[in-house]
Amino acid sequence: MFESLQEKLEGALKRFRGQSVISEENVSEALKEIRRALLEADVNLNVVKKFVDDVREKAIGTEVKGKLMPDQLIVKIVHDELVELLGSKTAELTLSPQPPTIIMVAGLQGSGKTTFCAKLARNLRKKGRQPLLVACDVHRPAAILQLQQLAQQVKIPVYTEDTKDAVSIAKNALAYSKKFGRDIIIVDTAGRLTIDEEMMQEVRNIYDAVKPTETLFVCDAMIGQDAVTTAKAFHDLLSLTGIVLTKLDGDTRGGAALSVLNVVGKPIKFVGTGEKLEALEPFHPERIASRILGMGDILTLVEKAEQQIDEEQAKKLEEKIRKNQFTFVDFLDQLKTIQKMGSLKDLLGLIPGMDKQLRNVNIDDKAFKKVEAMILSMTLQERNQPKIINGSRRQRIARGSGTTVQDVNRLLKQFEEMQKMMKMVTQNKRSRFLPKLPGFSK
Amino acid sequence: MGFFSKLKEKFTQQVDKVTEIVSEKVNSVVEKAAETLKIDRLKDGLAKTRKSFVDKFKMVLGAGRKIDEKLLDEIEEILITADIGVNTTEEIIEKVRKRVKKEGYEDAEDVYKLLKEEIHEILLKSPSANNDAIYHIDESDKPKVIMVIGVNGVGKTTTIGKLAYNYKKAGKEVLIGAADTFRAAANEQLEIWAERAGVGIIQQLQGADPAAVAFDTLKSAIANKKDVVIIDTAGRLHNKANLMAELEKISRVMKKLKPTAPDEVFLVLDATTGQNAINQAKEFMKSAPISGIVLTKLDGTAKGGVVIPIANELKIPVRYIGVGEKIDDLQLFDPSYFIEALFGLDDEVDEEDEGKME
Ligand SMILES: Nc1nc2c(ncn2[C@@H]2O[C@H](COP(=O)(O)OP(=O)(O)OP(=O)(O)O)[C@@H](O)[C@H]2O)c(=O)[nH]1
Ligand SMILES: [Mg+2]
Repeated sequence: MFESLQEKLEGALKRFRGQSVISEENVSEALKEIRRALLEADVNLNVVKKFVDDVREKAIGTEVKGKLMPDQLIVKIVHDELVELLGSKTAELTLSPQPPTIIMVAGLQGSGKTTFCAKLARNLRKKGRQPLLVACDVHRPAAILQLQQLAQQVKIPVYTEDTKDAVSIAKNALAYSKKFGRDIIIVDTAGRLTIDEEMMQEVRNIYDAVKPTETLFVCDAMIGQDAVTTAKAFHDLLSLTGIVLTKLDGDTRGGAALSVLNVVGKPIKFVGTGEKLEALEPFHPERIASRILGMGDILTLVEKAEQQIDEEQAKKLEEKIRKNQFTFVDFLDQLKTIQKMGSLKDLLGLIPGMDKQLRNVNIDDKAFKKVEAMILSMTLQERNQPKIINGSRRQRIARGSGTTVQDVNRLLKQFEEMQKMMKMVTQNKRSRFLPKLPGFSK
Repeated sequence: MGFFSKLKEKFTQQVDKVTEIVSEKVNSVVEKAAETLKIDRLKDGLAKTRKSFVDKFKMVLGAGRKIDEKLLDEIEEILITADIGVNTTEEIIEKVRKRVKKEGYEDAEDVYKLLKEEIHEILLKSPSANNDAIYHIDESDKPKVIMVIGVNGVGKTTTIGKLAYNYKKAGKEVLIGAADTFRAAANEQLEIWAERAGVGIIQQLQGADPAAVAFDTLKSAIANKKDVVIIDTAGRLHNKANLMAELEKISRVMKKLKPTAPDEVFLVLDATTGQNAINQAKEFMKSAPISGIVLTKLDGTAKGGVVIPIANELKIPVRYIGVGEKIDDLQLFDPSYFIEALFGLDDEVDEEDEGKME
């Protein structure tokens, strides 16, 4: 049911291909699809309406000229508008000129507050700060212990007390931090529902007691239409200074980002991308925009690839592919580069169109090791001229790499296919077709 | 026996009888009150939801409006804001549109009745579990093994505490298996719930193999003739192949002791979740035979409407709803009641109409 916007737009926009001005008529179908895509991505209905109206206004009357087709133009307008709304640049954490900086987090149950606190503390300590974690969730069973255990993993102190009075813990933590020279205090609070007046009063009391420099709303990226109601309630009570979006390592389209931003009007300062404490990243508006639209996060890919492959190398590679000289030696290089860049599935998921294909494929990063082992068991000659790999050589490679002959056969077959496809891709640059990676599909 | 003592005896008997009758009455009143109190808790939780729904519906359906396309558009929006999703919403609206035409409805008010019927129909499409028998266990099939799964932070552990408590209250012997060996302090959190419910728990150290914990739990339950085993699992995102494989392993290992295990698999969904819940259900289904959904956090402002497309597309029944953080806050799912609470309109719309007529 989650077709990408791109696919849908292609249908809707074919109709006015060749027209020279974007008009109310030729754009209305496209806008309807955009509305739908945004709703499917869980952007709040009211936010969607406003957004679509804005885009309509911007688009109508735009002359279609230059390289862009009307469909590309409207996608560009939509994308640019989204990026603008999401905040044009990455926002930093505000630190108080006079320490300690006090950071307080709040949010619904299970949104990821405690994990985020530990991640943030780790992150700040890496930057040379002396954070103190404060455990104020006196309500959920074992919540304090959870923070203590996480903090212990990264050797950061936790302040807490054996009391049901979260406000007093927060207050005393302040004094404690001054005494022990901690320059950043991170206050974890219990999860709460916005209609729970008593609990909302408690979090307000904590807020009043510590007067935070930053008050961050921790929001699960999978939240639906209710994001707006919830964010508004927290914002009204605590005048939030920023948003944290968690669990973005899932496959949610993350439309909530737009909804929450719309309500709070403050930047998304961090995103959580995993359960481990390293999995904290700054927010990149461009990436989320593409994700919400289902266009694939091509920008991230480009960025990641840029860090690892230099242009020169890329050119050589392209040349080789065109001449059909791409060998296992090159492939091994490629694999190593990809490994450096991060999880394969993450990476491939960033390519438009791949996302859907990948859903049915289990890409195991362990497969890397297997493929790598097979290539390493080949002689240099075999790597450069896969054609010479006959039956007995296959057996030897299988034995050497701890795989089966079938594995080797599959790798060779797929490698051959990949060579062909790569050739096609380089010859037809506009094609969105992507080769299957040998050894990674069933 | 003297006259007076006879009289006294008769009198005492009478008093006893009266006391009995009175106490019976009092008891039933107390029970009823307790029952309504529980329902009220859900209603309270949904009150805000209902209010906004009621307001919207009043605006849409009020003032003697006739059914037209604009009206249907407005209703469509209301359904979308309940997380029912574009596809299922459109399907529902289409059905309503057809029925309006075929059955000749004209007044906007009738649309509400149709909507309710259509949503009810969807929720009943998924084979609904027999609610009365739900805490019953077949003697020959003991122990019934329940595995609880879901993404991170949805409320699995809390649900298990409540479920254990409900079984215990129904007179069953429960053993919990702490197979979330990953999350910090997950063991201790579950331990507190087991204590609250007054049931046993099997644990290993953090980082242990979850399948081994499940195996140990089932083994001990069989040896000790327990009625129910409930296995907690770590929260996991459904797009992580290795974690889903781990889930399969837990089932596989338990089958060595009981071929039908897990007899039930409950997928816990957070009512605040949007359309991603559909992906969650689809993916988890591949790794475990889901027998029902537990919809949590319904006491907040979220409506949990995403269970409607899930019932529609995947035919998974909702079995329980969570309506609070206390141990007795897990209720059986009742579709009529869910819809009633979601829209909660009947009274209000009627009252409004009466008000107008005066
Ligand atoms: N995959 C993934 N899981 C996360 C992320 N952030 C948190 N989690 C997990 O989500 C679950 C809930 O996280 P917590 O940090 O306990 O959430 P919380 O808001 O403190 O929860 P309460 O205190 O119970 O309200 C745990 O299983 C975490 O490991 C993330 O970015 N990605
Ligand atoms: Mg917490």
